[in-house]
Amino acid sequence: MSAPVRGMEASPAKGTDDRHFQTAGQSAETAGQSAETAGQTAGQTAETAGQSAATGGAPYLAALRALPSRRGWLALALAVAVGAWLELYWQLGRFAAWLTYDLLGLDRHTHLASSVDFFATDVPKIFLLLGGIIPVVSVLRSYFPPERVKKVVSGKGELLGTVLAALLGTVTPFCSCSAVPMFIGFVESGLPLGVTFGFLIASPVVNEVALVLLAGLFGLKVALLYVGLGLVVAIVGGTVIGRLHLEDQVEDYVYKIKMGEVAVTRVAFSQRLADAFSYTQDIMSRVFPWVLGGIVFGAAIHGYAPTGFVAHYAGRGNPLAVPMVVLIAVPLYSNAAGTIPIVQALIQKGLPMGTTLAFMMAITAISTPEMVILRKVIKPKLIAVFITVVTLAIVMIGYVFNAVL
Amino acid sequence: MNVKILGTGCPNCVRLEALVKEVAREKGLSLEVDKVTDIVEIMSYGIMSTPGLVVDGQVMSSGRVPPKGEIATMMQPADTQ
Repeated sequence: MSAPVRGMEASPAKGTDDRHFQTAGQSAETAGQSAETAGQTAGQTAETAGQSAATGGAPYLAALRALPSRRGWLALALAVAVGAWLELYWQLGRFAAWLTYDLLGLDRHTHLASSVDFFATDVPKIFLLLGGIIPVVSVLRSYFPPERVKKVVSGKGELLGTVLAALLGTVTPFCSCSAVPMFIGFVESGLPLGVTFGFLIASPVVNEVALVLLAGLFGLKVALLYVGLGLVVAIVGGTVIGRLHLEDQVEDYVYKIKMGEVAVTRVAFSQRLADAFSYTQDIMSRVFPWVLGGIVFGAAIHGYAPTGFVAHYAGRGNPLAVPMVVLIAVPLYSNAAGTIPIVQALIQKGLPMGTTLAFMMAITAISTPEMVILRKVIKPKLIAVFITVVTLAIVMIGYVFNAVL
Repeated sequence: MNVKILGTGCPNCVRLEALVKEVAREKGLSLEVDKVTDIVEIMSYGIMSTPGLVVDGQVMSSGRVPPKGEIATMMQPADTQ
């Protein structure tokens, strides 16, 4: 072990490195500051102290770090960013119109103009929305890791537990990679299956991306209905699965696992912020091709496909439209953002809002890859039950959506 | 120092492992890096989201990929803390 000299100098900062295990009491801000102090005391270079690329070799940024009012600067920078974001957002429609009709000089009544206008409005709009909201929500939800969710829902009884699990599932980060450890963690600690599934259903269906994009594109009422009814699907689905008593359909080794003491690691606020931005970048680059492709498709449909096209096949006149689109959507895999452009195009072409939201919910709730992963912990029969219950719940919700929207 | 990367092979686990090795190289630390992919063993550390980073038996982070600066702090030798 060759300890770097810098590391030896770090001894005055003793204790600050234990912040990962500090319990409540110390606020996130304090932790953030102590982390920075540690960075300076330890004499770490800018490269190691923080965001290497951003600060490396920029002395004025290092000076900024040393300012006692660094938090003030941070607040100011955030305020400026929010202002710029709002300004950009409000100018979008004007920009698209300027681009389409003034710069390109397209005739207002042509299909091409209509498509270009749609494209120029929606691409920046969706990315502005993603870029504005994901960082905020990811900071918030970094305070609700699954380890903490488990503590909250433990010992609450089956019904309250399921409701709480579904609610917390909406804010908890969900990655299909983590579905297995999450499932085992819940089941191992004796939580009923219903509670576990309530969480597993809500987590991918209801999230900030869906909420924000729906609110931005179709209005707050549609977004809140989606979130509310998504929760209903999770709670009803979880409760029904719990009532079926399929505990024997969980792979036996799951019950034999002995988990260690639940560790909730402590993260400094400044680090949560940095994480949030890198996560946002990650999400944006991942959904980029989907959103772009979807919008191109949407723009094409917008200008060219006849308005009655979709409505003719899956409109209100067809009572089987909801189960039909849900069945198409179930095996498909996408996150909420990826579905939005197609959803928007479908709505414009006359697919009822409820049918469309059911389509979107079915895509995000269950997917082939997620089932393959869950197969590691549950037997085929329970997978079949899971798919059936959630599909039926979404179909019912689709009819409810159509009735109220 | 023994470092364990807990994860079933998701992209983030691979990223975390690469970062840990990079930090070790830059800091001249001699590390023993184990990849733990067995779910039963992963769960024994009490985490529910991957990737997890364990340094000398202590869980330092879970469910996220810490940046290099933070990883370096986590891997400061125990005798200098």
